[in-house]
Amino acid sequence: MGIFSIFKRGKFSSIIQKIFGKKHAKIGIYGPPNVGKTTLANRILREWTGDIMGSVSDIPHETRRAKWKTNIKIDNGGSSLVMDLVDTPGIATKIDFKEFMNTYGLNKEESRMRAKEATEGVIESIRWLEDIDGVVLVMDSTKDPFTQVNVTIIGNLEARNLPILIAANKIDADEASPATLKSAFPQHPVVPISALTGYNTEDLYNTMVKHFGKKRNKKRG
Amino acid sequence: MAKKEKGISFNLISRQKLNDLSSSEKLKYILKEVRQGRILVLEHGLTPTEQTSLIENTMKEIDHDTFIGIEMGGYGEEKTGFFQRVFGVIKKPRMTVIGPAHLLKMIHKDNDKIETTIIPGRGVN
Repeated sequence: MGIFSIFKRGKFSSIIQKIFGKKHAKIGIYGPPNVGKTTLANRILREWTGDIMGSVSDIPHETRRAKWKTNIKIDNGGSSLVMDLVDTPGIATKIDFKEFMNTYGLNKEESRMRAKEATEGVIESIRWLEDIDGVVLVMDSTKDPFTQVNVTIIGNLEARNLPILIAANKIDADEASPATLKSAFPQHPVVPISALTGYNTEDLYNTMVKHFGKKRNKKRG
Repeated sequence: MAKKEKGISFNLISRQKLNDLSSSEKLKYILKEVRQGRILVLEHGLTPTEQTSLIENTMKEIDHDTFIGIEMGGYGEEKTGFFQRVFGVIKKPRMTVIGPAHLLKMIHKDNDKIETTIIPGRGVN
């Protein structure tokens, strides 16, 4: 097989990727419900493509089906990352339709439907873990970081040797404590941001390019 | 007629018992116990992959009238030494508490303490 045929079949770029790292990656935005995953996805898309990912709401489990956009290129000056971005439904260990009624004023039928779709969304999020190259794990920096969902996602990705970047969101809130997140998960990069206002997203993009562009050997789950 | 009083079962499951079960048997056992209203403390916790599967299986079992899911909290995995890492010794998960979400509520968790409260008399019905 000649050099030309290797190049033509796209193997050359894959060889380059193997040597220098990944420059096209499938990145999942993960986290518990209501931490700002879709707000962040919308922010990334709006800034790099002018598009948006989906609707946002104060009511948990607004995103109940995974959504994705392909070939989003983000630059940090010298280098760049082309990614397929997957916005996943929030992962939870419990879903009570009565919470939607009592706390958010939805009627019984809407609440039951939302809860049913939310359970399906959690399953879909977990299944997407099999098919991604890296995760932006969004956490609410006003809340306790040691939730079982955070710990489970991190443990699962570490077992697969997949890169994790923690976006400590809602930094614009008075009670935000990104330092708590940094000390809770010192083994992973933590970038304090506000997906709502755009605060420090430049730092997030730079870290994404560096962190997700690194060469890694993915393990099967 | 006197109201029937029903206590909350709180079961401590030994490492030996858990080691004797395969992953799928373990998850099936845990969900069955929790669905029956029992709170379990596992001496030897679940691996991250097992935890993810437990969440997935829990979602399939939720029926909104009798079971709204689980509450789960555990310490991270035991640290392995340099030689253990070199020889591929797998890190072992530590103690974990799991219960039905309508009975058990996680209050706070950090590296040293898992604080929970049991909510007697609170059902999903």
